[in-house]
Amino acid sequence: METLMSILVGILFAVGTYLILMKTLLRIILGTSILGHGVNLLIITMGGLKKGGPPLLGIKNLTYADSLPQALLLTAIVINFATTALFLVLSYRAYKVLGTDDTEQLRGIKNE
Amino acid sequence: MNNLVILPIIIPIIAGMIMVLFRKNIKLQRFLSVFSTLAISVLTLLLISQIHTKGIQTLHLGGWEAPFGVTLVADMFSSILILVTSIVSLCCLLYAFHSIGKEREANYFYPLFLFLITGVNGSFITGDIFNLFVCFEVMLVSSYVLISLGGTKIQLRESIKYILINIISSFLFLVAIAFLYAMTGTLNFAHLSIRVAEAGQDGLMTTVAILFLIVFSLKAGLFLFYWLPGSYSAPPTVISAIFAALLTKVGIYAIIRVFTLVFYHEPEVTHLFIGILAAVTMLLGAIGAVAFWDIKRILTYNVIVGVGFILAGVASFTTEGMTGSLYYLIHDMIVKALIFLLGGTIIHLTGTSKLREISGLIRLHPGLGWMFFIAALSLSGIPPLSGFIGKIFITEGTFETGYFWLGGIGLITSLMVLYSIMKIFMNGFWGYTDITEEQEKGTTKGLLLPIGILTILTITLGLGAEGIHDYVDIAVEGLMNPNLYIEAVLGGNLGQ
Repeated sequence: METLMSILVGILFAVGTYLILMKTLLRIILGTSILGHGVNLLIITMGGLKKGGPPLLGIKNLTYADSLPQALLLTAIVINFATTALFLVLSYRAYKVLGTDDTEQLRGIKNE
Repeated sequence: MNNLVILPIIIPIIAGMIMVLFRKNIKLQRFLSVFSTLAISVLTLLLISQIHTKGIQTLHLGGWEAPFGVTLVADMFSSILILVTSIVSLCCLLYAFHSIGKEREANYFYPLFLFLITGVNGSFITGDIFNLFVCFEVMLVSSYVLISLGGTKIQLRESIKYILINIISSFLFLVAIAFLYAMTGTLNFAHLSIRVAEAGQDGLMTTVAILFLIVFSLKAGLFLFYWLPGSYSAPPTVISAIFAALLTKVGIYAIIRVFTLVFYHEPEVTHLFIGILAAVTMLLGAIGAVAFWDIKRILTYNVIVGVGFILAGVASFTTEGMTGSLYYLIHDMIVKALIFLLGGTIIHLTGTSKLREISGLIRLHPGLGWMFFIAALSLSGIPPLSGFIGKIFITEGTFETGYFWLGGIGLITSLMVLYSIMKIFMNGFWGYTDITEEQEKGTTKGLLLPIGILTILTITLGLGAEGIHDYVDIAVEGLMNPNLYIEAVLGGNLGQ
């Protein structure tokens, strides 16, 4: 299972990187979002998948799942959500003000 | 357990949240922001005196003992940085009162400023690597908004690049944390240090260490600094001053913390790598500073040189080098804020940042001119100002390790820094005065007070280096001897 997840993470990273390297702002933002999903899956995989029951006192399990990566994941998702929202709003505003969403034209350096 | 430790984080965040509710009341916002930075300074002084007598102070949040809970650790190193942070941010606030403008003040400038301070202080004081990530994000999200606040064309253009590069580096940070957690099973700095020492820092661990180095380099502007000159010259003066003084320093702090406490077993790989990056950074930054004829560009490239120089001391990994790095870090926070405020004032007065269009300002503004001269000397490390002592210790440290090339490049780039900054002084202040007071675009009313405070600070820090030597020594001892940190955090739980 871990191997499969690792391959999936690799695919997500590849897709995210490809999108970030494109010229349109919207695709770049989608790329960061997909990269974020890859990172989240990586965190959950790194803690080990389905090693045991929930780590609660009342339930008599011999093995427990590690709950820490899930807590990290939750925090990472919230932060990812907030930054993506901010980035979307900002790029929409930039598109309105600057009149373009092409990164080629957003360079700001002449004669290069 | 010491509740004082958490105050540098919760004071600014609570003050900031109150301010969000009173958006129209600028007077209250100004008062609260000054009050909270002053309160943090006083409380941190108290904290420093406690650390001086009783050793490293910790706080286990919610009573959960380390390594299970979230721990805050205030050692001498981070407390000194918090103190300098609050002094510098106080000066920047005083400057902002007269320069930032009604529009930005009414649109949450002060709350955002305090949230930024929250993130910076949090990064300095946390004892847990995931919390470091969270505090980084608090700082970065505030900086995203601060950099685009106002929405001018250049700000929007540069903030997109700034946000993209930081989002990607945050993801890499998470990847590095995930790998580290898979290998060690812990996130607490002290516990990580024990686990890495037990398991030995093998090739895989060193690779993860290099991944961390790349992440922090992106934030600190070490070698991977291509985003920095553009984005630091886009926002208003006071915002670029606070960015130059604080944001890159948080990245440097993270590098120092991780590479003295956790990954210190393979200095011939990791620390040499830091050294090479530092040398390249210094050279490229100095070339940039010399090449441009635009005040903002020259100053931003000087930020990059400073980053390289501080990390040259870290790369040497000797007591001398570390002492130098700490002295220079304190100096750099103060003097970078100072020089950015001075440069911003020149642009404010003349309405242009192109050096060739400015001349003879000293006749109209002698005070500003002389303070610029002092700041320029301090920046390039001329005795008796504050840059000198750090520079001499760092050079000594690099020579001691045998990295003569590193120390040599540091000294050569100091000369280039001196040239680049004197270029601003000679072109801007000397020569024929071609504008009269009426033709100026703004006044220096109220702007000279914070600049004066910072100038006095850099002079006293240079002349009175002996006075803080005791504290710097304790900080460096804590960095060079990880066991002090581990014992303070884990105490009785040692070796679990």
